[in-house]
Amino acid sequence: MYNSPIFKIKIFSILRVFAVFLALSAFSAPAFSQHDAPGHGQEAHETGAGEEKKFEPSEVILEHIADSHSWHLWGHTHIPLPVILYTDKGIETFSSSHLDHGHYAGKYYTYALEHNKIKVVNAEGQIDEAATKNVWDFSITRNVASMWLSIILLMVIFISVSSAYKKREGKAPKGLQSFLEPVILFVRDDIAKPNIGHKYARFMPLLLTMFFFIWINNLIGLVPFFPGGANLTGNIAVTLVMAAITLIVVNVNGNKYYWKHILLPDVPKWIYPIMWPVEIVGIFSKPFALMIRLFANITAGHIIVLSLISLIFVFKSFAIAPVSVAFVVFMDVLELLVAVLQAFIFTLLTALFIGNAIEEHHH
Amino acid sequence: MIGSIAALGAGLAVIGAGIGIGQIGGKAVEGIARQPEAASKIQGAMIIAAALVEGAALFGVVVSFLGLR
Repeated sequence: MYNSPIFKIKIFSILRVFAVFLALSAFSAPAFSQHDAPGHGQEAHETGAGEEKKFEPSEVILEHIADSHSWHLWGHTHIPLPVILYTDKGIETFSSSHLDHGHYAGKYYTYALEHNKIKVVNAEGQIDEAATKNVWDFSITRNVASMWLSIILLMVIFISVSSAYKKREGKAPKGLQSFLEPVILFVRDDIAKPNIGHKYARFMPLLLTMFFFIWINNLIGLVPFFPGGANLTGNIAVTLVMAAITLIVVNVNGNKYYWKHILLPDVPKWIYPIMWPVEIVGIFSKPFALMIRLFANITAGHIIVLSLISLIFVFKSFAIAPVSVAFVVFMDVLELLVAVLQAFIFTLLTALFIGNAIEEHHH
Repeated sequence: MIGSIAALGAGLAVIGAGIGIGQIGGKAVEGIARQPEAASKIQGAMIIAAALVEGAALFGVVVSFLGLR
């Protein structure tokens, strides 16, 4: 696949398009961060006019990589997202725009935002941690909205491509088809077949879904303005669910050799009490490593890009901007590689674990 | 203080991963130089091994990240 000239040209032109996008985004990024400065500045304005609060890079960065109840567009414009709370008294829904200006009195409790988390406020205006424990937050946050967007995108792309395959059966692929075909064949021939063996076809839907879901969400996460801007694959809950799917698929499909290897390995009987805990930890540690790897890679990428942009504000000088922007463009292009590499690694290791679990042994 | 120690921890984790991935990359290039026709297979194995080493390093980074809070 690496030697296919079509693939090379496609990847190269896509890289160029993205490079242009990212160059533009890097310039808009200072404006992006600047919005935060007034955010913290508001308090400063209240206490003493003109006196800016000190810029705290780690605060800004952690806020940007975390989930949020609104989707930032530009300047002070946000898209408010719905808040859905399951409280001990009933379900409560309202728009997050009510929380922009302090407290909001809902049907059952009064709420406020603290570090982008919804907290219950008691009558004195203090945050009530005990009551907050009774409230479960099922809101459509930025990450959820971004995930739905990526799902719609994937559905549109793949339904159109699969219908094109039905329509043009036996003919050469065309358009979007010819871009996706080498990638799908790559997942089949370089990930599924060598690692799973001849039973690979059953697991292709799972592997393809994982590959494209991670890839497209990594790419959307790299776009700093509206349709992007969420850090979905850098959210540990998302990677946890994907790793849990891997755990379930591997263990449900595990054959008797797999279980024999775990429960009755070919070692003297008296070592069994040592072997069982080790093997059982091994079952869970593999998906756990998958979870941490994807989460930490994507989060680290976002932190590096945001720290480079923060340099401009730390030094408070435009002179540093060209250096910072150049590094950001370099890192973003590197992140394009990491985006596809992490999708590849996750899918590959899933295929490897499945392959180990369904392998037939001949003793 | 805790922040600085966390940063030191992240740095130590990166040293280990750096040595590990350096070894993997170096040996892979050696292998490819000896047998260029096996390049694609070596690359595949190299990426898997590098990802596993990197995973271990990222555990360290995540733990130090938790220490930061």
